[in-house]
Parts: sequence; C-alpha cells; structure tokens
Amino acid sequence: MPRRDDLKRILLIGSGPIVIGQGAEFDYSGTQAAKALREEGYEVILVNSNPATIMTDPELADRTYIEPVTPEFVELIIARERPDALLPTMGGQTALNVAMTLHERGVLEKYGVELIGANARAIAVAEDRKLFGEAMERIGLRCPQGRIATTWEEALEIAEWTGFPAIIRPAFTLGGSGGGIAYNREEYERIVKRGLAESPISQVLIERSLIGWKEYELEVMRDSVDNVVIICSIENIDPMGVHTGDSITCAPAMTLSDREYQAMRDAALKVIREIGVAAGGCNIQFAVNPANGEMVVIEMNPRVSRSSALASKATGFAIARIGTKLAVGYRLDEIPNDITKTTPASFEPVLDYVVVKVPRFAFEKFPGADPVLTTQMKSVGESMAIGRTFKEAFQKGLRALETGRAGWVVGERPVDDRVADDSLAAVEQALAKPVPERVFQIKRALLHGMSVEELHRRTGVDPWFLRQFEELVEAERAYAALAEVDAVSLRHMKRMGFSDRQLAALRKETEGAARTRRWALGVRPSYKMVDTCAGEFPSNTPYLYSSYDEESEAPRTGKPSVIILGSGPNRIGQGVEFDYCCVRAALALREAGYETIMVNSNPETVSTDYDTSDKLYFEPLTFEDVLEIVEREQPLGVIVQLGGQTPLKLVKPLEAAGVRILGTSPDAIDIAEDRKRFEALARELGVMQPPNGTATSVPEAVAIAERIGYPVLVRPSYVLGGRAMEIVYDEPSLREYFERAVRVSEERPVLVDAFLEDAFEADVDALSDGKTVVIGGVMQHIEDAGIHSGDSACVLPPHRIAKEHQDIMRAHTIAFAKALGVVGLINVQYAVKDGVVYVIEVNPRASRTVPFVSKTIGRPLASLAARVMLGETLEQLGYTQEIVAPYVAVKEAVFPFTKFREFDPILGPEMRSTGEVMGISRHFGEAFGKSQLAAGNGLPREGHVMLTVNKSDKAGAVPIARRFRDMGFGLVATHGTADHLESVGIASRRVFKVSEGRPHGIDLMVNGEIQLLINTPLGKSAQRDDYSMRQAAVANRVPYTTTLSGADAACAAIESARAHPASVKSLQEWQAELR
Amino acid sequence: MTRAPHHAAPGFLLLEDGTLFLGRLHAPLAAPAVAEVVFTTSMSGYQETFTDPSYRGQIVVMTASMIGNYGVNTQDLESPIPQVAAVIVRELSATHSNWRAEQGLGEWLASAQIPVLSEVDTRRLTRHLRTVGVMRGLVGAGTEPSAVDRTLLAGCPSMAGLDLASRVSTTTRYDWGAADAPHHIVAYDFGIKRNILRMFEARGCRVTVVPSTTPAAEVLAMQPDGVFLSNGPGDPEAVTYAPANIRAIVEAGVPVFGICLGHQLLGLTFGGRTVKLPYGHRGGNHPVKVLGSGEVLITSQNHGFAVEGTAEGIPGAPDLQVTHVNLNDGTVEGLRHRTRPVFGVQYHPEAAPGPHDAVPHFDEFLTSLGSGATA
Repeated sequence: MPRRDDLKRILLIGSGPIVIGQGAEFDYSGTQAAKALREEGYEVILVNSNPATIMTDPELADRTYIEPVTPEFVELIIARERPDALLPTMGGQTALNVAMTLHERGVLEKYGVELIGANARAIAVAEDRKLFGEAMERIGLRCPQGRIATTWEEALEIAEWTGFPAIIRPAFTLGGSGGGIAYNREEYERIVKRGLAESPISQVLIERSLIGWKEYELEVMRDSVDNVVIICSIENIDPMGVHTGDSITCAPAMTLSDREYQAMRDAALKVIREIGVAAGGCNIQFAVNPANGEMVVIEMNPRVSRSSALASKATGFAIARIGTKLAVGYRLDEIPNDITKTTPASFEPVLDYVVVKVPRFAFEKFPGADPVLTTQMKSVGESMAIGRTFKEAFQKGLRALETGRAGWVVGERPVDDRVADDSLAAVEQALAKPVPERVFQIKRALLHGMSVEELHRRTGVDPWFLRQFEELVEAERAYAALAEVDAVSLRHMKRMGFSDRQLAALRKETEGAARTRRWALGVRPSYKMVDTCAGEFPSNTPYLYSSYDEESEAPRTGKPSVIILGSGPNRIGQGVEFDYCCVRAALALREAGYETIMVNSNPETVSTDYDTSDKLYFEPLTFEDVLEIVEREQPLGVIVQLGGQTPLKLVKPLEAAGVRILGTSPDAIDIAEDRKRFEALARELGVMQPPNGTATSVPEAVAIAERIGYPVLVRPSYVLGGRAMEIVYDEPSLREYFERAVRVSEERPVLVDAFLEDAFEADVDALSDGKTVVIGGVMQHIEDAGIHSGDSACVLPPHRIAKEHQDIMRAHTIAFAKALGVVGLINVQYAVKDGVVYVIEVNPRASRTVPFVSKTIGRPLASLAARVMLGETLEQLGYTQEIVAPYVAVKEAVFPFTKFREFDPILGPEMRSTGEVMGISRHFGEAFGKSQLAAGNGLPREGHVMLTVNKSDKAGAVPIARRFRDMGFGLVATHGTADHLESVGIASRRVFKVSEGRPHGIDLMVNGEIQLLINTPLGKSAQRDDYSMRQAAVANRVPYTTTLSGADAACAAIESARAHPASVKSLQEWQAELR
Repeated sequence: MTRAPHHAAPGFLLLEDGTLFLGRLHAPLAAPAVAEVVFTTSMSGYQETFTDPSYRGQIVVMTASMIGNYGVNTQDLESPIPQVAAVIVRELSATHSNWRAEQGLGEWLASAQIPVLSEVDTRRLTRHLRTVGVMRGLVGAGTEPSAVDRTLLAGCPSMAGLDLASRVSTTTRYDWGAADAPHHIVAYDFGIKRNILRMFEARGCRVTVVPSTTPAAEVLAMQPDGVFLSNGPGDPEAVTYAPANIRAIVEAGVPVFGICLGHQLLGLTFGGRTVKLPYGHRGGNHPVKVLGSGEVLITSQNHGFAVEGTAEGIPGAPDLQVTHVNLNDGTVEGLRHRTRPVFGVQYHPEAAPGPHDAVPHFDEFLTSLGSGATA
C-alpha cells in the first residue's frame, strides 16, 4: 500500500514551549515528521509557538505558523489553510489534546480534516483511564488495581480501599503533572485536589501502590495492515514509583528472560491492536512483580514520546520518521531501513551494546522545592550514553550529565548527595525516599559495606543492577591498590567506563598524568557503529560511540572536516536553542562542502539525529571524550561557540592540547569571562559598567558592597543561566548569601555589581567575520532589570528604548566585537538607567535569543556564523546590514512552577524558565498577547484585576489601573495599593492581604473572582508576604505578572485583543515583508 | 558463582582464516572446542539457544553484549543439556537476578564443560563472519594457538555434508502429552526443541517422538493424525535417509508439517535443493513476508542452509509452492505442497527464544489433521 494520493496538504502540530515533561524530543519528532512528509511530496502546514526549534525554521514546512498551540488558534489556521489531514501524534500531549478538542468541537468535521496517525477513538481510549482499563480487561491484561475519582468525595471512598501509599494519576496531563504518591491522608487530599484541578476532564486514577515493582517500556509501531514491530525495550533502574522520565533507564531490558520478554511483547501487540493506533508509533509501560513475574499494563501513549526519541537514538530506528510514513499509508515492509539502506523497516532492531539514559534535575534552581521523586516528572533534561556493557554505559551517562561528577562518583560532601553526614545511619535514612542523588547514595552505602540484599530491600532496585554497581566499587578498590598500572588492568577499568579523571582520583594523580600513561600504554577507545542490526548487515551511516574494544568502524573520508560540539543535556539556562544553533551550523557546513561531525550526548535533540551531520559521535562532552574524537578525526577545527557553556568550558584544555578552535579566539572568550580583563577593555572602549568588584572572600565582598552601595547583584563567576545569582539589599543578607548559596575562594571568585533598580534592559545579538560586524537585533526586555535575561520577555524591535540609546548599544556591540576579534556570534547585554547605557555582560558566543532573532529577521544567524568561522566573509554571504522587521516579535519565557509547588513563583536574577514562545504581530499588544497565550498565561478580556504592589511601584501602577478601569475591568486591591489608587481618584474593591484576615486575595482567586493578578514584590521580607498569593495564582491558573512593566505589556495586549479579532499569519508571509 | 572476568584465564578463538580473537575463559578448558562459528542476534533467550539441538556442533557468538543477567532455570530448556560446542560473549554477567533463576549461566555451562570465552570484541567477530562467511574455529586456552591447535582446527570437518541430525536424535521412541489427547502426532526427531512439544501438548496433541531414521511404515503403522518433521542441525542433504520416508508418508495422505530442517527436507523430498547461506539466519528479528497478503511476521530463526528458490518457486520441485520469503534477502521461508496437506517453514513458530508471531502455524497444522484422507 503506497502513499495516499487523496491527501495533499497536511497540518502538523508541534508541542509548544519546552516544559518539564515535554522537551526537545518533540522538536526532533516534529522535524522528522515535516521532513518525511515533504519528501513524499505533501504540502506541510506547521504550527508551533516555540521559536527555538529547528522544526519552525521556514525551510522545514510550506507554511509555518508560530502561533499559540491552542484549539482556537489551530482552528484559525485550519480555516485559513484547509488542510486535508492533521497529524497529531508528533507534538506530545499538547498536540494530542488540541486535536481532541478540535474533534470534539466538530471543527475537524466542519472543515473536512482527517486525523491521521491516531484516530479520535484511539486517543480517547488510551488517555481516558476508565476506558483504558476496560479495554485491557477485554484483552485479558491487567492494569494496576485502580479506581476513577472525579470528586474529592469519591477519592475519599477509594482511599479506604487502596490504603497508603496510594498513587494518583490525573487524566490527560503531561509528564504526570499534578500526580503523585500519597503516604498519608494529608498528602492524599493535597494531591487528589491538585490532580482534579489539573486534569482537563477533572478525573484522577487512584491506584494501589506498585512501589518496588520493576518498570519497563516497549516502543511499538504498527502499520495500516496491522503489522506490528517492537523497536526497543527499556528497563528502569528505579522501580515503580519514580516517573520514567526521572528514572535512570537502560536499553535493551537487562533482567528479562526471553519468556518474560515475549509475554510482554505479546501483550504490547494486543494493546496496540485493541486501542487501534491507526498507523504509527506508541509506547506502552509495564510493571513486573519481581517476586513472581506478574505483569500489569501501566499506560499507553498513542503518539511519539520522550521514550520514543530515546528509543530512536538507542536503536538507530527513526520512529517519528517511519511513523509519519506509516500515517500516510505506507506499510512497514515498503519503507527502507534508513541506517542499513539494504533491509526494510519491518523488523525489530537488535542492539549489541547497552544504552543508559540519566535524567538531569534542576533543584539547585528551586530551593525549597521537594526533591523526592514521584510519579510527577521533575527532571529538565537527560543524557544518554552507549557502551558495550552496562557498566560502561552507566558511567558514561553519569559523566555526560555535566554536573561536575567524573562518573559514578560520590559528592565531595555528604550534602552533595543529599545525605546528612558520613555515617551509615545517615545513608540508610536517605535511601528511604528516592531523590536525584540516589545512585550516589547507593555508592555510599556500598562503600559502607551494605549488602546488595539490604540495598535491594531499602531501594527496590533490582539486585542485578546493584551487583553491577558493587562490581564497580570492587574494581575501584583493586585499581587503587595496584602496585603498578599496566595495560591490562587499565584497559579493564576503561572497559567499565571509568574516565581518566576517575582513574586519576583513585590513584591520587592528575587527569593529565592518567591520560599520558594511558596513551603510552596504547589504551585507546575504538568507535563502533549503531546500525539497528548488531552487525548482521552492512551499514553506511556513521552513527558512532566509543568503547574500549578492538575494532574501530568510523570511516575516514579524507574530506576536510569540522567538529561541532553540542550542548549536552538540557538544563535551565541551556536548552534547545543551543541545539538549534549546532544543527544550523552542521547543515550550513555540509552545504558548504565540509564533512560535519557532531558530538553530543542528548537523546532528545535534532543534533543527535544521525541525519543532521555526516558523522555523529554520541559521546559525553568531557575533555577526555572530545579529545579522543579530535585525535581520531583530525578536523580542520572545532566549533565551540554554538553549544552554550558546555563546549566553552572545554576551550582552555582543548587549546592547551593543540586543538584548533574555529572562530573567536580562546583568548577573546577569556577576556569576556574574566572580570578584570573585561573591565579594562570596557574602560578602553569608553563603555560604562555598573560599579562592581570581584571578591575572593566574604569580608572583601562586604567591602565592595559598601563601596558601590546596596542593592547589589552577586553571583559566582563563570556561570550560565544566572546560577546562584541574587539581588541583595543589605549586609546581613549578603552574609547569609555566602552561608547558604555560594562558597567563595581564590579559585571561585564572586562578582559583586551595583544593581540598577528600575533600569531597562536590552540584549543585542550580532555577527562578525572579524572585520565586518552586523547587528542581528536589538531586543528590549519587558521586565525591568533584575530579572534574568532568559526569564524576561523581550520584544524585537524595541518599543520603549529611545533610538539614541539603541544606537549607542549598536555602536558598543560593534566596538566590542572588533576589539575582541569576534569571528562568529556575539551577544551583549545592556541596561539603561537615567539616560545612561551600561554594559552588563558580553558573551562572544551564540546566545539563547539566536533562533528568535533569526526567525524575526529572516536570516539564519547560526548558519552564517558557522560559515564565517570557516573563513567566508559576511559580504560573501550577503549579510551586510541589520534588518529591522516592519512587524513586532515578542519572546516570552515559560516556567516550571506548577511542578515545584513549594517554590515561590517569582522572577529574579537566577534563570528558572525551561522554554520560550514567540508571538508575532503588526502591533506590540497583539504580539505580547499571543506570547502570553502560548506560554499558558492567557490574558482575560474582562473580569477583575487584583493589584498589590510595593511602595516604589504605587505611582507606576496608577496609569495601568486606569487603563484597566477604562476597559471595564473591576479593580481589586490590597489596602496600601487601594489607598494610593483612591488618592488619585481610582476606586477599587479592598481585599485583605493573606496575613490580615479574610476574605483575602487567595479566597478570591480560589473562587474564580480574579482574572489577572498584578503583584510586585521587592526585597526579601516583602516577597515572603506575597509568596502564598503567587502560589495560589499558579495553582488556580490565574494569569499573573510580578513586574509593572509586565503589567503594562499585559494591559496593552488586552487592549489589542479587545480591539482586533485574533488572526494568524505564517512566518513565510511575515518574512516576505523583509524583501 | 562465576568469578569476575578480570580474574579469569586468558583464552582465544582462532578462525580457519587465521584471524585471532582474544578473550577470557571462565573455567579451565578440558580440551579445545573446534566447530563452526556462527552468530545469533537474539537479545534474550540464551538458555534456549544453548540447549537448542540445532546448534549442535557450533560455536555460538552472542551479538547481544550482556549475557547471563537473568541466570538459568529448568523451565526454559529446549533439550536436557547445552548443545553448543562453545559460547562467545562480550560480557558474561558475573551475577544474575530473576525470580525463576536457579543457577548462574557461567556455572551451568562450566558444569556441562561448555567453554565460555568472554571479553571478546564480538562485534568485530560478527562483522568478520558476515563479510567473509561462516567458518570453523577453535576456542583454546592462553593467548596464542599452539601447533596442535592449528592441526585440530584444520582437521575439523566442514558443516557441509555433515549429518548431525542422527547424532542428536533420540534413539528410542517416547511419548509427550496426555495419553488421551484428542490428536496423535508422530514427530521425527532430527534435533527437536521441547517448545515444539509443549506447543502440540497445549493444543490437545499426544506426540510420539521417533528417531530420525524410523522407517515410514513404522510411523504409518501408528496411524497418526499427522506427522511432524523437526528442526535439527547440520546439512539437510546429508540426511539422505529422510526423503524416502517423508515421500511415503505424504503419499499415504497423512498431513505433514516441517520446521527448519524438517522444512528443508520437505524441499529435498519433492525435488528441490538446499544451499548453504553465507552466514545464515540466526536471531529473533527476521521479517518474513506472507506471500499473497501484506502480512509480515517477525520470526525466530536459526539456520545455515536454505531451500534454493525464490518467491516464484523452487527449481526442480514443481509440486511445491513458496508461501513465505525473507524480506531481508528474499530467501525461501515457507513452502506448501500444491495438492497435499503438507507445508513447512524455515523459521521457528515455536519461538523459544523469539517472538510468537508465527505460532498460528501450529493451529494451521491442527486444522489440516484429518483432512489427509480426502486431499
């Protein structure tokens, strides 16, 4: 059955911004889907609000709508485009939910749009806990014993039956959002009520706990004639109870005998046939009782997922790509296996290696947030590693995480592993609840001599994994005790995945010395191919991983090559936007005739698609791993400026090892990052900096703060994403900061800057070929100074910064680029206060706004940057002049506050957003409104606005209040704010602050009487007072803003929404205006 | 319990083309193992593989890199003892964990005196066999083959022309399944796997397993409802005594079903030929296309020889029709007699190890029982 000719135009829905539970994997799947559809000659209409994605680049689709992924906006797109079909399975839960709503509202029927890939019935049955349970019963499979509750009263009755702990899973939410494990009645009430609130259909499934059961996933594909294949089995090292996204997992399954595996496979076939995924992929989760092999089906996702991205990378079988082809009618046996090219896709990949995935968390960004891992996903990214053995892959996966650990290494201090002290008792206590550091706690326990049996009893981790860990501990001891290291013992250790750094530590030597010895002994890695077939058939796709084995398969073409270092696991501060830059560079350099070599460890991304570059090394981005690849490949040079901080950290050692860094010189990077050298440069160029100093001790910091005056902005040097960056208002707070957040020393200096209160901030991205510098864009932050640039909304072109100030910024940027000899990208951050332009920082590398600017101005900045790094000039590339769009683009950040309820959802100098969205319009108001809607902060058109602002904002709040009043909004204010408004003649309904009495603001929000919250805190003490109010806004989904500038923008957006009906326009149409 | 690989003694695999692979031996070697070296890509089911009589006389390379993780048990045996000449793996798990496990793999193989060479670059070995073709090899102790080893290897007979089936076949007749079962099947044992017997038993059959050389008249005298031709090792053309028996049974109108070697013997009986494949099909992921429908079965396979032919037919055997082909290389995977209730499949519907997609062939055979007389 070949492709369907009755379809011409297909709508593809993306997943929107990166949030916890829905990450970069959907850029990977969406990009593959778009490519697959166009390859088949279909016209592709794409919608996604996330500008930091490859899929939203205009070349990927015929028309790309960067619009909110909501039913309303997708309906507008359908009405305008009249697609024949909609593919809803590539954009995560978001796309699936939008498609279902459109189906239920009759929109699809009205416009004659067919759902392909998965039909409405299949989606409904898979997602609705009750229907799913019934379906499983029909095919003789068991689900966890669970019952459905739609009210708290029902849930109470169910609790009598389940007892505690009980598992709560809300229906139709992503990443298990709103779910959890309740160990007692109190927790139960809290989680159930939250789950009911978050489920769009107010339904939660309450299950008896299967804590301690083994957890598995199968990735399954089915074609239109009912052929089904299993692509990959995945086993979770953490047992049931920890969300699979938060578990360390491995592929293939390690501890299943064939009989058990085949029983699971049979069950998977039954499930996909019963649920009836039309054609495409799905994943099915199982739990197995370790005591007797009893198996239950946990859930099924009728779409591609984080796991399918992992499975694609783990096997080389491109699930999203093949799934798309199945959705348009092909059968599995009609599609070639892309990797071998000689065999068909209707087979089951086999692995001759082990893959380990390790989640990366961001709890350091959310002090106070509960780090216990439950059924609700909390990780923000992941690394994947491939090794020939489990131990090798496991250790590679841990060092690929880039958390500073060289592998499976316990933290320097007990607290680093969330253990109270060095005692066994403390470890025992810590093991009681799963936390991100659990594998390190396990190592501590093993070092204390705890037996595998006891560890198993305490953690539920299968003894097989624990014994693998124990073997590592034994190997470490043996190696440390060796009289002399020879090639045999060293190779033995490397085959277990030990890094040079780990080995050096074991023998108390330097990493360099360890490597010198290793090289002298001739112990070097070989590179093996991931080929889907365990070597049974020839393969020409150089998808490679290292292993200490005999034969290397990495082909040598002799073509001049370039290595691009990726950005590793996603984390807050370093997300998909850097992957975007790396992918653009790979594509641009391939086009220019170079052999492109990608190195990355993140399975979610487009960069780790074997299709993106000529060679892919799926490897940790540590110095050791990168150096071995460089030694083998002998490239023209290495690109380090596109992958964020990860590759930048390698610049110094790589340079010292004689590796050529392409583009901006390492010395220029150092000038920008070294406070003293940078200050000298700024002075030389005559650019103002906020008064500042560098402290290497607490007294020094206090002295600097005294000199420049409070408030001050403090942060450790060399950080990305504003890690541990805070605004401090007085000396006690400054001292407290050093107690709590940061250790300061000669090696770890802390930067102290005057904080420019109420300043405007701006970001400038520019491109330089070493001679010519061209501005990419000047972006004005919506939020005032003090909010991390990654967390602030921004607008391009600026709407409030005076032309003269913009021009000063342009001139400064050009001066910096020239002075630093930048070849490639540069990003400069400015603040404007009282008519003076200050430079905040200079980053001679790709910034996270590069994709946003590129989309706005219609020029692929990262592609151009790659070309200039290889010697072309901007003139040759035809980019010689700044492009200022005749429309307005707004970027808004998206936050994970719903996942960290315990944390105050407030913005500050430390970045906390996980993703971003973009809104484009003729007018600022509409563009901002779209960005808010896309970010899940949809603004009201009517109702009540509650204002509670700090003293210094009282005057500024007046015009905003007036505008809301004039639009017919009711005003609600706390006493101080209300008094001030009254004094200028604006009436408002008074409401208590939380501490003052009832009814207070929270009561009103819970009752649905507040449609927008404007709450500006300032200073630590004021913040605490409003803390619960903001949390209530998050919990009750009341849009809120914590800055007056944000409130002003929201006001503009609402005015615009009331004046103009919503409209949509494709990026290609917008960009056509630039010509 | 098996000791950690690092402490095991050095060992090697020498191939007949002189290529040497170093590894570690897990138990002292009584004598070098000399046999044909083949690889299987099955990711699970090592115990079933090692006890499958079709692997008799072969050194088996596991491409899956972690072997032994779930131990061994007495339920997953495909014959009472390990049949392989030696096992080659990347890592033999020093420990195991599974609720059914009774013993560690290394321990179990050691007690059966089957050498295990681990820490081998099995991917390099697999790629070598794939490129050059399956060949003989010797597993020995130490780091270098001795002159004796080389002589031994040179003297190892080639698989071609080797009748191994009579060596693994039962020498005495035995029954499997309930005495009062509704159906009675006679199974020729060329190296039968137990799961085939379990499959028949589960479908209400009593199976009389007979030695591979049992004359047709003896089988017919038992008045079976159907006759089954089992899987087995070696070169099908060397099983010279089988075709005459099979022909007599078919002509008597008894339904016949063959798996693997049994399927190849059906091909030979009706005039076809068998050929040795360059490196065989061994694994649990082979796509087989059902001709005339869009259906694709993911099958378990283990064979070095195949019936010569294509989807169009089998040269020299006009009575046979090809029903299944392999999607990877187009080889014949299933055949059927045009007028008689006789069919065979090259792959293993009984799985063990492997996927169950082809299990319905047993039901198909059962349906044909009793249809023989009227066919």
